[in-house]
Amino acid sequence: MPKKNKDEILHDHNNDGVDRRGFLKCMAWAGTGALCVMEGGILKSYSLSRLGEISAKEMAGELSFVQISDSHMGFNKPANPDVAGTLKAAVDKINGLSRAPEFMLHTGDISHLSKPEEFDTVDQILKSASAKDVFFVPGEHDVLNDDGKSYLERYGKKAKGAGWYSFDKKGVHFIGLVNVMNLKAGGLGSLGHEQLEWMEDDVKHLKSSTPIVVFAHIPLWSVYPEWGWGTDDSAQALAYLKKFGSVTVLNGHIHQIMQKVEGNVTFHTAASTAFPQPQPGKAASPGPMKVPAEQLKSVLGITDVNYVQGRNALAVVDSTLA
Amino acid sequence: MIRKSVCIAGLFAIVMIATLLLFAALPGSSAKTPQPAGAEVKVDNFSFGPATLTVAVGTTVTWTNRDDIPHTIVSTDKVFKSKVLDTDEKFSFTFSKAGTYPYFCSIHPKMTGSVVVQ
Repeated sequence: MPKKNKDEILHDHNNDGVDRRGFLKCMAWAGTGALCVMEGGILKSYSLSRLGEISAKEMAGELSFVQISDSHMGFNKPANPDVAGTLKAAVDKINGLSRAPEFMLHTGDISHLSKPEEFDTVDQILKSASAKDVFFVPGEHDVLNDDGKSYLERYGKKAKGAGWYSFDKKGVHFIGLVNVMNLKAGGLGSLGHEQLEWMEDDVKHLKSSTPIVVFAHIPLWSVYPEWGWGTDDSAQALAYLKKFGSVTVLNGHIHQIMQKVEGNVTFHTAASTAFPQPQPGKAASPGPMKVPAEQLKSVLGITDVNYVQGRNALAVVDSTLA
Repeated sequence: MIRKSVCIAGLFAIVMIATLLLFAALPGSSAKTPQPAGAEVKVDNFSFGPATLTVAVGTTVTWTNRDDIPHTIVSTDKVFKSKVLDTDEKFSFTFSKAGTYPYFCSIHPKMTGSVVVQ
């Protein structure tokens, strides 16, 4: 494989050390397993097979975590009759990462029908992951029966309201949001007034140099409103994050990888560990998409996220299960 | 004596025949006025079919989920609410009052429909 040259900054219009064109080119690589690292304003990209070349200095102070999503435990239709098996394969993939993640984020639809045994099975399978701490946010499939009470009992003991909360890891501020409650007829995802007020207060006193990671189930940007792939009041939430130099938004719900960079905000949706869904508008509805059995693992996946202290953006790398 | 019992028997027979004829003439037992059938809504591909269903007062509407994903039937005005319906599960509601009843799937709120009761 030819050695990749450093991309130098050619157009630094915003004077913030980020070359948009170079960054976007790098992000396009991410789907194929490339690692993009910002170093002093210069983008360096490495193919996954050459991760060993990243210097120890860069590794120091590094934060590494994994995002998984949409395990839909309990789903058993033709699109994937063995969602437990593919979740286990995802855990194997996580355990095979060269740098063990410190923790995991699960961006919701943990279960398929909010049944206790479904949550139990997921908890059991995740116990064998190298990362022992898992932070959850609910998907609409997790709050079906009792307004999300059983979800909260399991995963939201320290959370506020319907399950929102924040925490810090190595100087990065993580915000878990819930946008699957009290959905209105004909509407999209919804954060609600109470949660937005909490969020405004939560980030108010943070320094603008604090890297922010927001995670929620339904995309916080308008992916495809016709299929409900968006959040009605996410603009307000993003407005509270305008002052920050680095914001990464991690979502699930759409069962496919999508990325978008808008100013200082990088949006990313993860693949499901259970079944894929069609690209926007490419099918009659956003339901489970059947692919030949031997191809299933190639459309499911995990996301590895790395942050090096002092760098600007987080490196988000998707990899499929096969 | 005999004449009286014959008379009574005859009267009884007439009443019986009259009653039978009366029952025969009632709607429901005749082919002339059809029974209001139960109405169906098929839930498939993240949509309700038909999206708008018009029925007579007193009709029981049955929703059947044919999709491979669970859905719910929730009235926007809180008139009715189903439990979560997995594939092939059904929900029925009898509309006893005229009016327009918009509803949606609370899991996938872009799915909307309505029942018009006349």
